Amino acid sequence: MLDLLLRRLLVGIPTLLVIITVAFFMIRLAPGGPFDKERAVTPEVERNLLKAYDLDQPLLTQYGRYLTGVLQGDFGPSYKYHDFTVGELLRAGFPASVKLGSLALLLAIVIGVSLGAMGALYQNTGRDYAVMTLAMTGITIPTFVMAPLLTLIFGIYLAWLPVAGWGEGGWRHLLLPVVALALPQIAYIARLTRGSMIEVLNANYIRTARAKGLAERIVIGRHALKGALLPVVSYLGPTTANLVTGSVVIETIFGIPGIGRYFVQSALNRDYTMVMGTVVVYAVLILLLNLLVDLLYNLLDPKVQQR
Amino acid sequence: MKPHRAAIRALALGIALASTLALSGLASAETVLRRGNAGEPDTLDPHKATGIWENNIIGDMMMGLLTEDADGKATAGAAESWTISDDGKVYTFKLRDHTWSDGQPVTADDVVFSIQRVLNPETASEYASVLYAVTNAEAYNTGAIDDPAKIGVRALDPKTVEFTLASPAPYFLELMTHHSAFVLPKHKVEALGDDWVKPGNMVSNGAYVLSEWTPNTQIKLVKNPKFYDAAKVAIDTVYYTPDEDRSTALKRFRAGELDVSYEFPGDQIDWLRENMPEAVHISPELGYYYYVFNLRKKPFDQLAVREALAMAIDREILCAKVLKTGEIPAYNMLPPGIANYGEPALVAWHGMPQAERVAKAKELLAGAGFGPDNPLKFQLKYNTSEDHKKIAVAIAAMWRQIGVQTELFNSEVKVHYNDLQEGNFEVARAAWLADYNDPHNFLFLLDSRTKKLNYAGYNNPAYDKLMDEASQLTDLEARAKVLGQAEAMVMQDLPYAPIYHYVSEYLVSPRVKGWVDNAKNLHRVRYLSIEG
Amino acid sequence: MSLALPDGSEQLLAIEGRSLWQDAWRRLLRNKAAIVAMILLAIIAAMAVLAPWLSPHPYDEIYWERIQAPPDFANQHWFGTDGNGRDLFVRTLYGARVSLMVGILATGVSLLIGVLYGATAGFLGGRIDSLMMRFVDFMYSMPFMFFVILLMVVFGRNIFLIFVALGAVEWLTMARIVRGQTLSVKRRDFIEAAHAAGVRKRKIITRHIIPNVLGPVIVYMTLTIPQVILTESFLSFLGLGVQEPLTSWGVLIAEGAQQMESAPWMLIFPASFLAVTLFCFNFLGDGLRDALDPKDR
Repeated sequence: MLDLLLRRLLVGIPTLLVIITVAFFMIRLAPGGPFDKERAVTPEVERNLLKAYDLDQPLLTQYGRYLTGVLQGDFGPSYKYHDFTVGELLRAGFPASVKLGSLALLLAIVIGVSLGAMGALYQNTGRDYAVMTLAMTGITIPTFVMAPLLTLIFGIYLAWLPVAGWGEGGWRHLLLPVVALALPQIAYIARLTRGSMIEVLNANYIRTARAKGLAERIVIGRHALKGALLPVVSYLGPTTANLVTGSVVIETIFGIPGIGRYFVQSALNRDYTMVMGTVVVYAVLILLLNLLVDLLYNLLDPKVQQR
Repeated sequence: MKPHRAAIRALALGIALASTLALSGLASAETVLRRGNAGEPDTLDPHKATGIWENNIIGDMMMGLLTEDADGKATAGAAESWTISDDGKVYTFKLRDHTWSDGQPVTADDVVFSIQRVLNPETASEYASVLYAVTNAEAYNTGAIDDPAKIGVRALDPKTVEFTLASPAPYFLELMTHHSAFVLPKHKVEALGDDWVKPGNMVSNGAYVLSEWTPNTQIKLVKNPKFYDAAKVAIDTVYYTPDEDRSTALKRFRAGELDVSYEFPGDQIDWLRENMPEAVHISPELGYYYYVFNLRKKPFDQLAVREALAMAIDREILCAKVLKTGEIPAYNMLPPGIANYGEPALVAWHGMPQAERVAKAKELLAGAGFGPDNPLKFQLKYNTSEDHKKIAVAIAAMWRQIGVQTELFNSEVKVHYNDLQEGNFEVARAAWLADYNDPHNFLFLLDSRTKKLNYAGYNNPAYDKLMDEASQLTDLEARAKVLGQAEAMVMQDLPYAPIYHYVSEYLVSPRVKGWVDNAKNLHRVRYLSIEG
Repeated sequence: MSLALPDGSEQLLAIEGRSLWQDAWRRLLRNKAAIVAMILLAIIAAMAVLAPWLSPHPYDEIYWERIQAPPDFANQHWFGTDGNGRDLFVRTLYGARVSLMVGILATGVSLLIGVLYGATAGFLGGRIDSLMMRFVDFMYSMPFMFFVILLMVVFGRNIFLIFVALGAVEWLTMARIVRGQTLSVKRRDFIEAAHAAGVRKRKIITRHIIPNVLGPVIVYMTLTIPQVILTESFLSFLGLGVQEPLTSWGVLIAEGAQQMESAPWMLIFPASFLAVTLFCFNFLGDGLRDALDPKDR
């Protein structure tokens, strides 16, 4: 286990470095800069702006400075939001995004696994089709349709919940965005669970358990589900990546002060430092999650331990 | 099952709690205005601000020597009176006896310090150039001189400040309301540097003080008890929320989560007029939407081609059927409501029926060598936006009627303006919103010395000469006449095809009183109140 | 937005070999959902191809007197018109062309890279294999959507780039599946026999291994296409979609979503087409998997 941890960390550092480097030079290649606006500034002011943000230095120097800064935990000033540093903005937005994302993940797993298990238990019956069709609607309706639809119904027609905003992150403000974010993931998880559950149900050890006369509830709950969860666990990495992408839409539509919105906005704004900050945060997040998934996998899967 | 009951109990508790909170909110005597602002401010530093959504917030806190009235007109602000010399070049302002929100007096020193700061190249203010009318302002801002004392602004005594202009500028008083001319608290800025705008640090001389700023969530302003006219300020607390997604902002307004919302999706106008007509506020704004021809590229160097393209656009249909929000079809450059101006100089063919214009346009194109066998083909660039897209699609269809093949190309805003400024386009969408209410603020765009902002690359010595001539005139009528000649010249040469003049769009709850639609589209909260 | 199949399911997808095809086809035909899905997909594809002949309206013609008009049979605007007064029926079909094309071509790109990469790794095995797979693992930890957006920003937008970018995102899982299959196929007798007979490596890969890993690859392809179509719609929502007057379902839906109350037809029709297509691909994919999976027999 410790070996795995160490190995992962050793691979993680160069991975991060590559990601930072690629992102750094890619965004600089993009046409237009942070100070290109509807209203062109005079060349003198532009020169001053560039100087103020160190953008007049050779690219490699800037890259070196950026890396040194990041190592010291300094992500630099935001080129768009002049009154804040990237670090301040990320710190301010991170809790909201994490709250939103983890709740959505939880919801997607609980509902997805339940629906998938149900589908498997009633394989190829009407109930199976109904459940799976229901799960699948989540991926057939894009988030940017589902989210405004939900706000229209629950925020305006029924007036049960606030339309947008964050409040203090209370459940009334969280409910709609969490559901909208979780819906597409429910479908994937349900399908994955169903597939692996069917396989597990046909496996020898389940047959043995049944033959031993164990209650069906225990067979399903303790043995079958556990086996069926393995693929779901390994899918958590991509799910998280998908949640991140989804949060771009959700945070914009619901006006949630997370960092998902910076993911796209900063690239469009050519807010170079913010782009880099977001990339680093997400890359670290994904690396950590993949590690966590591997650890979980190790715990759950007897086969892996033998290897 | 047990968990169920627990969940229901939690739910009930939540609802009870929420309603208690709501009730207690109603019970308090505090008057709150929630204002959707259509954008997160890049900064609250008036010298660095660039957008109207920033101006909205900052202008509720800070005042320049002059400030806006409820209807957007310039009125006494930090200065209570002023005199202008006969040659129109020396302005002397007498400061009002008032203080910053921390009790320190506002002095002539603050004014001089502020002007020097905004022009300081190190501040890198994007709007510093609007103050170039002041003697040596440009030289200092561009680094030609190093001594800020040479700028034409000085304190005569603690309450009197004098500005000297390089040439008379009848819009100078108006300019003093602009956020780049706001008065800053010298003692705070000197002590705290750029951090002076943070909540807790920021002090102001206007009606409100910054209380909280949670990025991308909300900005809370509270009433400034030290404000000189505090007795007349009715609203205690203002919440500005970014609400960048316009559809969401509209829904929040409908749900009562916002009292005022800036900009709504244009395509919702029919629905809005039908369902909440009393909330819709649309009024002409000082802005101009146009397509620019790149005169440096063939065949747009030919007047006939530009004229044909400009004529073939049916502006009436475009405004009435595609835009629908009351935009004004434009046959000239300067928007209606512009100050210090006479009759607009319209294009020669503005009275011609559209069918005739189309026929004439075809003729012109044929004359330039384009026809069915050799159609005119080019790329039209616009930046990503639902409205720009609709307009481009409609105009491309209009141009098809005269045998022109248009390739539509949209790009994100940074790329678009980079292309415009580098001259990397054939025909492109552009627009201009006034910084101050004067024809000069539009006409300077075509001065060949304007360089980057002169997207078309229009270079007409006669035009530059007219601009020089106008800058020396103090008599407003004579000046208007010269500026009129300049506009007529543009409408003759057509480096731009005018399309429409802007309107501002606001949703204002009928509970909010004191709202006056105005061409500058500025609505300071100190003039508003809430009924009920 | 990459649909990654977990390691475990690679074995789950394992198939026995060529003898299976007829068997699988028969089983697929017994799956009603899959049949219906195939028929619907065929209809939609045919409509997309025949678009210009199915409506009297060109896709870029503006009807000034009928801007944003509801469905209207008298003028043959079966789906109504959009905010520019263009016929929505024909635009939905042209949108289908773009969306399906993006889906299929991007999947094709991912297929090409994934199969070549995965088969090579699996076949060569040993050090090279573990190195190549290490690279895939490394690529997985990239914030990919971000790079796609950056790509669009850097190189401007064109359809071709969308294919390549999305294909480049989706090939990883494909490579993993193919490698797993190759490894298991490699150990089989007939490959050993070919080896023994002195058949060259390249020939073994193209003649024997690739045909035998096709099953799971087809299944994964069917599931990748809807994924890519969705991703394209996401990019359209961000304003990074195809250029006017071309359109895609994503563009149409993003426009329609703004108007769901005032002009519901602008959302409902394109969204239904998208939803039906995604449903169909998913059902077909599931059906194929069931049909090709011997363990389910």
